[in-house]
Amino acid sequence: MDTNHVIEVKHLAKRFGTFEAVKDVSFTVNKGDVFGFLGPNGAGKSTTMRCILSLITPDAGEISLFGKSMQTHRNEILRHVGCIIEKPDFYKYLSAERNLELFARISGANSTKKDIQEILDFVGLGSRGKHKVKGFSHGMKQRLGIAQALIHQPDLIVLDEPTTGLDPQGIIEVRNLILRLKEEQNKTIILSSHQLAEIELIANRMVIINQGRTSIEGDVQQLLNSEELVVRIETTASATNQAVTCCLANFPHASPHTVAPNTIEIEIKKDEIPKLSKLLVENNIPLVALEPKRKLEDFFIKTVMA
Amino acid sequence: MIWKNSYNELIKILAKPRSYLGVGALTILVAIIIFAMKADGKSIVSFVTSTFEQSLSFNGNVVNGNLITFIILQMLIVHVPLLVALVTGDLVSGEAAMGTIRMLATRPISRSQIIASKFIAGGAYTLFITLWLGCVSWGVCQLVFGSGDLIVLNSDGLVILKAQDVLWRFEAGMCVAFLSLFTVASLSICLSTFAENSIGPIVATMATILLFTIIGTLDVTVFDTIKPYLFTTHMASWRSFFEDPVPFEDIKQSIVVLLIHIVVFITVSLISFNKKDITS
Repeated sequence: MDTNHVIEVKHLAKRFGTFEAVKDVSFTVNKGDVFGFLGPNGAGKSTTMRCILSLITPDAGEISLFGKSMQTHRNEILRHVGCIIEKPDFYKYLSAERNLELFARISGANSTKKDIQEILDFVGLGSRGKHKVKGFSHGMKQRLGIAQALIHQPDLIVLDEPTTGLDPQGIIEVRNLILRLKEEQNKTIILSSHQLAEIELIANRMVIINQGRTSIEGDVQQLLNSEELVVRIETTASATNQAVTCCLANFPHASPHTVAPNTIEIEIKKDEIPKLSKLLVENNIPLVALEPKRKLEDFFIKTVMA
Repeated sequence: MIWKNSYNELIKILAKPRSYLGVGALTILVAIIIFAMKADGKSIVSFVTSTFEQSLSFNGNVVNGNLITFIILQMLIVHVPLLVALVTGDLVSGEAAMGTIRMLATRPISRSQIIASKFIAGGAYTLFITLWLGCVSWGVCQLVFGSGDLIVLNSDGLVILKAQDVLWRFEAGMCVAFLSLFTVASLSICLSTFAENSIGPIVATMATILLFTIIGTLDVTVFDTIKPYLFTTHMASWRSFFEDPVPFEDIKQSIVVLLIHIVVFITVSLISFNKKDITS
């Protein structure tokens, strides 16, 4: 398992009857990546994820994990993969510990009670191990889902919409867990989510797929920094016109425009933000807030619309 | 991996309250029958033997542990398929309903191995139920009524078996009874692969047994050709061990028919489960 490419998907295609769910998807996930897998609804994300996990068989293309073909080395590969597909399901009549014990055994791991307790502690369910899953909240099940994905110490973790249905607190908890997995255990993680801010915060590489095809793939920061970003300037209502004039004079390409009586937006490069900030202060424009709008959201919409 | 998953399947079976329903029901029913036979067994048995009393004289402990065990098995073996189907009919469909089947499918185990594990665990549960019924009935009856020669009334008349000639017949009979019950378990697991809920396969299994039993009972010529091939026709073949001489050829034929059914049900289950959409 010493290949640098953990996942290689080449020209994947999958059809359901007459519907082409995936037409031509290709991407590569490297060792240690937290890889964002993005696309609008119906883009083919879940189908691709299911193909990667061999839940469905692709009609065309190649999937290899750890340098081995999924078609010929399925069981060997899956020993090194942990996953959550949308919502994790458990044996509700069994305790969290017992569920993990079953999943560990079927994954070929010889997990001891101590290992199970450590995983439960890691996901914040240390005190709930003996409780039956039927009494767990959605957030707790999601955390237990992450625990079952980790119980056999996999090298690759596939998380398909792991924050679906979670409240903001739950989303933060799952995000922190993923960050800890990356930082403490250096796991390779592929993560699909509608929470673009999450991907922006967590992922180092990403792919956007649209209408069953790969639209763009690359390093998250490089992709985002290559684009101009929208900066929101909040001032007082009386100073708004002065701010627009000032921006027009110094950033004529940036098309500053008023979006609210006290707010304007301007499209500039990231490295121009300090200059903008200094300019506004020097011109005595009262500055209430100056913040870049969510970059990935804009980038995603631009890519998908293109 | 298949044995590891079979062990998992057994843990799941043991954790479900419904698995103990059958054991509890059998224990209570055995207790009720023993109580009834203890209270009024002699008059019940003399009602049967009275027709022979003009030509035969019955001496000694006629209402003994062997006879009561035989009566219990005759009465209860008809109901055990329901108790078996209650557990085995849920093995695949229960997981489909809970969504855990999707979790299993992402593990390093093939779908065929998953189904094989379910058959192994279902077989183990069926074996346990059969042994429980046999051992509890025989053990308690020996304690309460003591041993003695077994008088069996069958279609050829009265068969009297020596006390020391009975135990092996019970053992062999329970083996064939297990095979019959495992056929029922296989049918319900097979039906379970087509369903998304537990009730459907359980009801369908009982409906199939009922239908085949009715076909087997009806004295209609058109059904005569299929009757020997219905598994329900052979479900009571364990009783053949209590005939004298034992019709081994008939028993062998019953075993073959039951085994063919089991193989067919397993094959259909494998095909069905390998094609089943478990992604959603």
